[in-house]
Amino acid sequence: MNKLLMHPAAKPVVFLLCLLPFAWLTYGAFTDGLGANPAEFLIRATGDWTLRFICIVLAVTPLRVMTKANALARFRRMLGLFAYFYVVVHLLCYSWFDMGFEWADIAKDIAKRPFILVGFSAFVLLTPLAATSFNRAIKALGAKRWQMLHKAVYLIAGLGLLHFFWMRAGKNNFAEVFVYATIVAVLLGWRVWNSANKRKPKPSAGARDGTEKSLRSSSAG
Amino acid sequence: MSFPSRPQGRNSGFIHPLSSEITPRAVYESRRDLLKLVAGGAAGAALASFAGREAFAQATGPHKLALLPGAKSAVPGAQTMEKLTDYKDATSYNNFYEFGTDKGDPVKNAGTLKTRPWTVEVEGLVKKPGKYGIEDLLKLSAQEERIYRLRCVEGWSMVIPWVGYSLAELIKRVEPQGNAKYVEFITLADPKTMPFVGSRVLDWPYTEGLRMDEAMHPLTLLAFGMYGEVLPNQNGAPVRLVVPWKYGFKSAKSIVKIRFVEKEPSTAWNKAAAQEYGFYSNVNPNVDHPRWSQATERRIGDGGGLFAKRNKTLMFNGYEAQVGQLYAGMDLKKNY
Repeated sequence: MNKLLMHPAAKPVVFLLCLLPFAWLTYGAFTDGLGANPAEFLIRATGDWTLRFICIVLAVTPLRVMTKANALARFRRMLGLFAYFYVVVHLLCYSWFDMGFEWADIAKDIAKRPFILVGFSAFVLLTPLAATSFNRAIKALGAKRWQMLHKAVYLIAGLGLLHFFWMRAGKNNFAEVFVYATIVAVLLGWRVWNSANKRKPKPSAGARDGTEKSLRSSSAG
Repeated sequence: MSFPSRPQGRNSGFIHPLSSEITPRAVYESRRDLLKLVAGGAAGAALASFAGREAFAQATGPHKLALLPGAKSAVPGAQTMEKLTDYKDATSYNNFYEFGTDKGDPVKNAGTLKTRPWTVEVEGLVKKPGKYGIEDLLKLSAQEERIYRLRCVEGWSMVIPWVGYSLAELIKRVEPQGNAKYVEFITLADPKTMPFVGSRVLDWPYTEGLRMDEAMHPLTLLAFGMYGEVLPNQNGAPVRLVVPWKYGFKSAKSIVKIRFVEKEPSTAWNKAAAQEYGFYSNVNPNVDHPRWSQATERRIGDGGGLFAKRNKTLMFNGYEAQVGQLYAGMDLKKNY
């Protein structure tokens, strides 16, 4: 598994996979393939993909630890940036196709409609995370502070879910909201459980060191 | 080498028409009306069919369902000349929660709906209650084609050629009693054929209601068809209501019961979210939905596609001249 993930082609392949939804939506937009209300379709689909990428990026660390495929970590930054990419496209679609780039109307809409305000806040809060995703920013901030900042992703995920929940509230249709909420809750729960476990002194510390060493060697190979 | 006749320098390759030279929509529409009037009245049937060919061609479905032609309606406001929504869009983008909450669900799931035999029960404060078979209802009055704007509370709109007759025709036949102030519409809730009946999204069966004067208004249509054919299942077959000056959800689909009552009936969406969906639900650009503005709407399939600007929403969906007096003296912000 690690070998595959370390392959020089792995990153470009994942990058292209992440672009697939965007390519598919763009193709649909130009070929009349997005149904009767293409604007609504684009706005909803890009919102969905933002939530999906947030779930995917949050799943990287648990997956890495559970499967011991440490090389998964190489993809975390790219996946996080794709979450940001899709939220930017989401916002752009809303501003363009729903609001016709009428900035005054957009400002009023954000102020007036709580669910838009919450969604917009999530975007604003995600921006510093995206902006500090290059190596020098990590150095400049210091690893600890950088990590603190990036833990805000859970708050942002919560805001994104609230945005989605309120969007669906009028129609009492929460099935999808609950699916995403469950995934985020499980991933957050795993982290809480994991860090609590780490703090406990383990009797078999030596054995654990051994596995970690063997892991390191396997990921290097 | 130079081009011989370039009047005003290098930017004049594109000579745009002045905006004053573009025929205003109203003028162009009145021309079409005039042409039809002339053709229909003076020049006889041959010309009439020629002038009407466009509307007729537009208003014809793909001939998958039984034909249900309607004569052109003479009811004022029943013949908007806007471009019709494509049959495909009007039948694949629907809210019909009994078949799913996604707008693509009804077309996928409504195939199971059985529309024959079908009866509509008329009950409550009427002199002639009873069960009316769909065949009898179809023949109760002459079928008319009405081209109405449809405005959904979600902010999109369509233009649909319906076939049916004024609900008033039926109401007159069943002779409501003097104390009947409202009409309640109850729609089918069959868990066997409707996969979402049983979900907790709404309190089934779907119910809607109108005040008696609204129900008696000639624009209120009891519809059996669209685009010259019987209603597709996802659009509310075999019989539905169309109230063109109200948001779409006021127009109950697949009706099985019409009840005449004294008190304002509770309605499905009002029960689900009273602060968002009032009893009247008249299209009103000045009263926003709590979570979005109602000032504009997206016309489905208006040709502009993704880049089309949203249209301004009109008071009472543009039927103010016909229905405005029904609400004289009412505070429409309170009675939304």
